[in-house]
Amino acid sequence: MSPLDKRMTAAEIVKRLKSGMTLGIGGWGPRRKPMALVREILRSDLADLTVVSYGGPDVGMLCAAGKVKKLVFAFVSLDAIPLEPWFRKSREAGAIEVLELDEGMFQWGLKAAAFQLPFLPTRVGLGTDLVDLGGLKTVQSPYDDGEVMVAMPALKLDAALVHVHRCDHRGNVQALGPDTYYDEWFAKAADECFVSCEELVPAMEDAYPDDVRANLFERCFVTGVTEARGGAHPTSMPPTYGWDMGWMKRYAAAAKDPGDWSAVSAQLVGATEAEYLASVGGIEAVGALPLPVF
Amino acid sequence: MGTATLAELCIAAVAEAFRTDRELVGTGIGPIPRLGVGLAKLTHSPALMMTDGEAFLVEQPVPLGPRAYDDRKPAGYLPFSRFFDSAVWSGRRHAMVTPTQVDRFGQTNLSALGGTHARPRTQMLGARGFPGNGIYHANSMFIPAHGPRVFVSGEVDRVSSPGYNPARRIAGGNYSAIDLRRIVTNLCVMDFGGPGHAIRVVSLHPGVTFDEVQSLTGFDLINAVAGETPLPDREQLAVIASLDPHGIRHTVLADNPPARRSAQ
Repeated sequence: MSPLDKRMTAAEIVKRLKSGMTLGIGGWGPRRKPMALVREILRSDLADLTVVSYGGPDVGMLCAAGKVKKLVFAFVSLDAIPLEPWFRKSREAGAIEVLELDEGMFQWGLKAAAFQLPFLPTRVGLGTDLVDLGGLKTVQSPYDDGEVMVAMPALKLDAALVHVHRCDHRGNVQALGPDTYYDEWFAKAADECFVSCEELVPAMEDAYPDDVRANLFERCFVTGVTEARGGAHPTSMPPTYGWDMGWMKRYAAAAKDPGDWSAVSAQLVGATEAEYLASVGGIEAVGALPLPVF
Repeated sequence: MGTATLAELCIAAVAEAFRTDRELVGTGIGPIPRLGVGLAKLTHSPALMMTDGEAFLVEQPVPLGPRAYDDRKPAGYLPFSRFFDSAVWSGRRHAMVTPTQVDRFGQTNLSALGGTHARPRTQMLGARGFPGNGIYHANSMFIPAHGPRVFVSGEVDRVSSPGYNPARRIAGGNYSAIDLRRIVTNLCVMDFGGPGHAIRVVSLHPGVTFDEVQSLTGFDLINAVAGETPLPDREQLAVIASLDPHGIRHTVLADNPPARRSAQ
């Protein structure tokens, strides 16, 4: 295999992950999450993960399945269902450690890691409980102003998972849609970034040269690529498909007392990705999900 | 204009809180704050900037509720991926939110209730962007059910956004951009204009008394009531209706009461 052929199966990607790793997950809440790769983790023996995520159902499912040792988060939400029910259950059971951050501090920590810095200074966090509860330190400006700021530590990731619209075998990616969130910084903060895509093309320059500005980060930040059509389901993938509100309602209802994950995980994860996609109506049904409006 | 609802009166009060000559992003989270920002932009404050709630800046506020995806006309671009650079950390924003708890210092809680940090009694959303919003730009609040569970007697259970609490300030920290403006509730409008930024009641909604507001608040308020909160006029009601074609505003307050309480 040529070193520039980065194609892998989802199972091969998950085999490269290790229990105890710090794992970044791209997307935002219920939007463009690498859910096919998350489902593959849920089918694996991985455990004791530190998960770093602008959290949506990725976080709720990994918490529910007992895969999470520690969560680094600013929120966990399904948007239309504001409070993520499985995440709540884990927190209210005291089952996971957390580092609670502000959304802006979070991306600042990814950027510190990407730039190979120990921290970046910020005013964010001052006057709140985040600093003491998170064990964050302060730093003083060495210049005449002498300002004291929070030193946001680098959020160094062992691996990151991202889902995009298109990849080629060398790791050239394109992410369409109106917002790319902080996926670029997840990729750059990680030792290894694995990308799933709706469409794997032989060569991006032949397939979609006109969309080159959708190249979210350079291929040197990509370790592995895999095709996973419908791979963001049940989260949104604009402009290709919206989130699956019916799925999220079933998922949330299943968390109500007694809320036994083992009773619903087979249905919500599937034994294989093909089985999962079939269970939600196939790729045609996913492609027909309407885009959410706000 | 005896027909305005309390929700519409609150929307007009929100719009007043957003009155500005500056070009900055107005963010109203929830139907009443969002309609209030839209009303301000379409009447007295055209410099306000608004998003479609996703990633685009729009000059015509996007109506609430179901619509076709492409019904919004993008004039600018403000995705999450540049929100902190462009709006929050530059101070070019005024947001109105609905925290779960608020204390006398204006500190708010969106994180968790009770228990411990390791095991909260009730886990909520998480701090979201509240810490950054609070330290960098103007903020206001909308509280649809004014009561002592929201306006707590001590400090909030978790401080998600900073306020004017001297005990929470460290030497050398820069708190100069903390700028808490108005609290609009179903009973009154308050501000932070008292000594040491103490919270004052500045207008009462028609038929509400200061004593009633005080009895439903966990800390002492300053009575700086200058009169009744104004009812929206005919033009304002028309703008509100155009921005809320499905009548979502009628579902926010329990029983959708009229703006002026009926005498009983």
